[in-house]
Parts: sequence; C-alpha cells; structure tokens
Amino acid sequence: MSKPVEVNDDNFDQMVLQVKTPVLVDFWADWCGPCRMVAPIVEELAGEYEGRVSFTKLDVAQNPKTASKYGIMSIPSLVIFKDGNLVSNLVGFRPKADLKRSLDDVLG
Amino acid sequence: MGDREYDVIIIGGGPAGLAAGLYAARARLRSLLLERVAAGGWIVNAELVENYLGFPQGISGPELAGLMNEQAKKYGLEVLLAEVIGLKLEGKRKVIKTAEGDFTARTVIIASGSDRVKLDVPGEEEFTGRGVAYCAICDAAFFRDVPVAVVGGGNAAIGDAMYLSKFAARVTVLHRRQQLRATSILQERAFAEPKIEFRWNTVVAVIEGGAKVERLRLRNVRSGEESTLDVPGIFIALGSTPNTGYLKDSLPLDTRGAIITNEKMETGVPGIFAAGDIRANSIRQVVAATGDGATAAVYAEKFIAE
Repeated sequence: MSKPVEVNDDNFDQMVLQVKTPVLVDFWADWCGPCRMVAPIVEELAGEYEGRVSFTKLDVAQNPKTASKYGIMSIPSLVIFKDGNLVSNLVGFRPKADLKRSLDDVLG
Repeated sequence: MGDREYDVIIIGGGPAGLAAGLYAARARLRSLLLERVAAGGWIVNAELVENYLGFPQGISGPELAGLMNEQAKKYGLEVLLAEVIGLKLEGKRKVIKTAEGDFTARTVIIASGSDRVKLDVPGEEEFTGRGVAYCAICDAAFFRDVPVAVVGGGNAAIGDAMYLSKFAARVTVLHRRQQLRATSILQERAFAEPKIEFRWNTVVAVIEGGAKVERLRLRNVRSGEESTLDVPGIFIALGSTPNTGYLKDSLPLDTRGAIITNEKMETGVPGIFAAGDIRANSIRQVVAATGDGATAAVYAEKFIAE
C-alpha cells in the first residue's frame, strides 16, 4: 500500500499544480474523525493507481491558505487536480467505486 | 470452499456488522464483512457516545468505531472495502454482487444500516460542500464566529447544534414541528445553551447564495408565513432512511423500507438475517445494533449446522 504524501501551503504549487500526472488531494483535519476513517480507502487507491495518479493529503488546520483558496468548507474532500486545475471535487464519504470512477474519468 | 465462498457474509461495517463479524469469527465460521466506505457506521459522526455501556465518561464516535473495528478483526474476520450492489438467491446459495466482483455464502447478515435523509430542496445539491453540510464534527471549524442553521428535531440535530455552539456565533435550529423528538436530557442541554435558538414549525424552502450559501428561505408550516435567515452554513440532520435500495424485491420490507425480522433476526428468506438500524422497529442505537449483530451470527451458525 502506498501512503499519500503530505503537502502544505508552501509546497502545494510544486507538489500538486506543477505535476504532470493528475494529483488527488485529501483535505483533512485531526478533529475530523470521519476523515481518518476514509484514509484506508485513499491508501488502497494510492496503491492501485501508483504511477498514474499522485496521492497527497493536506491538513486544513495547518494550511488554511490552500483550503480557503479552493473554497474547502467541508471535510473530507477529495479533490483531483490536473495540469494545475481543479477538475473533480468529491465532498464527504464516497464508496471506493465512486472514487475510482472519478479517477478513471480524469485519466481519460 | 472456493476463495470467494463463505459461511457468512456480512453486509455493512457499522456496530451491527462488526458485532456479527466478531461472533461469527469466534464461532470459526469463514466470514467476510463488506463495507462500502469506512468501518464504524453512523457513530463516526458523534462527538461523544454516552449511552454505550462500558464508557462512563463517554467515548468519541470515531474512537469507539476504531476499537470495535480492531476487536472485530482479531479472530479472523475478513474485511473488504466494497459496495454491495445486489443480492441473488441461487437455490441455497446466496450470491452477493459487489463492485469488486461476486461472492457466495451459506448465510448473509444484512447490516447496511441507514443513509442520511436529504432535505430535498433547491440549492441543497449545488451547495453541498459550500455551506450545506451533513457532519458537524467534520465541518464546525469552518464556521467559527458566524451564524449557522441546523435542520432537524432529533438526537442528531440536537447533538450537532450543541457541538456547533462551541464554534459558531449563533445556532438556529429549524424544526418543522412544535417540539423536539430528541432524548429529554439532550433537549434540556440545548434549551440551556444561550447560543442556540429555535424556530418551530419551520421548514427550509430554498437554499440560496453565490459562490457559497448566503441565506435560507424559510416557511412556517402552520401560518404559511415566509421569512429569510442569513447564514453561511446549514447543517442537515434529519435522520435516516434504511439502506435497502440494493435489496429491492429480494426481501419483505416495511413501509419505511426497513427489513422485517423476528427476534432471531431472521428475515423472510431462510439463511438471510438482518441486524441493526436496517431492521424494522430498530431503536437505532449502538447498543441495540451490537445485540442484533451477535444474535444474527449465533442463529446463522445454527442455520449452517442444521
């Protein structure tokens, strides 16, 4: 299983927006128990899509600038970026199949 | 047995499913639990669970879910993250169709619980994640020092309102009746909290805004009078509806769509059991769900033995 890489306000541009492959960003916070429960699905997907999609996570409590820039007001939010643009935003719990569909859509 | 064949397949990883899984595994039944999103069920949304025996100081929902999950897996229960999309009977074999392929079992314990009831008004879908929220403990921090609304009159709504009152400037509870359904002790606490106000006999007609929610258009169901509430956040806590969509035409359901069972958790189909919130007349409490799950597993074992 792959582990998503932590990103922050300072390296978001470099680690997410400038990257060639699509990037999924898991917006979470430690007060959000449900976010932690969704983590296993994200890790499974990170393994299954290794090499095709980059998986990252952003702690919104520590990184309010990025969270606010993308209008994140609900967590967990799984956001997919492609070529620096936000292309998909899945708010709240989703079954793995839904997430795979979104990832497959972005990969085209 | 083939590698996709089991003695028991449990659908749903909330307290009912986890209890069933624990008992089935300890009975040395080959058991598989299928969970759609995350183990724990609805308790993951509870800030504090005070009415589950064994925790006099209360325990957070996510923490309790984590402990249950850990315990359930100790004895060999297999857990797979997959959504069940159908259930078919082939003679005595039960075929469970999932997004990750099919499995067969000699018995099935349906513990897929409930889904949130939506408000079902204009604006709800488009503003989800932008002011329309369903999980207070997840999202309260985004609404510090601003007014918010909570829709509902039961334990979830009152629990959410109490939690939000720690962050928000003001919490307005909108309930379509004249009184709350919530447990008395929770009502007492809510009425005593100065930051919480109530608007009775009120429903939300429309959720409006630009990039985010800005206001709610309300209606009094008795007088018909319309009004507006300017809030950037609305938390919808209307309760639950049984998750039986994927079972349509397979089992006897009541008028709510809940599964009818006897006291052995048996449904109308031999070898298929139900446990937890999904059952008709369930009181929808963790302590009841775990009781149902254990009962279902014990009777599933007896069914297999016969």
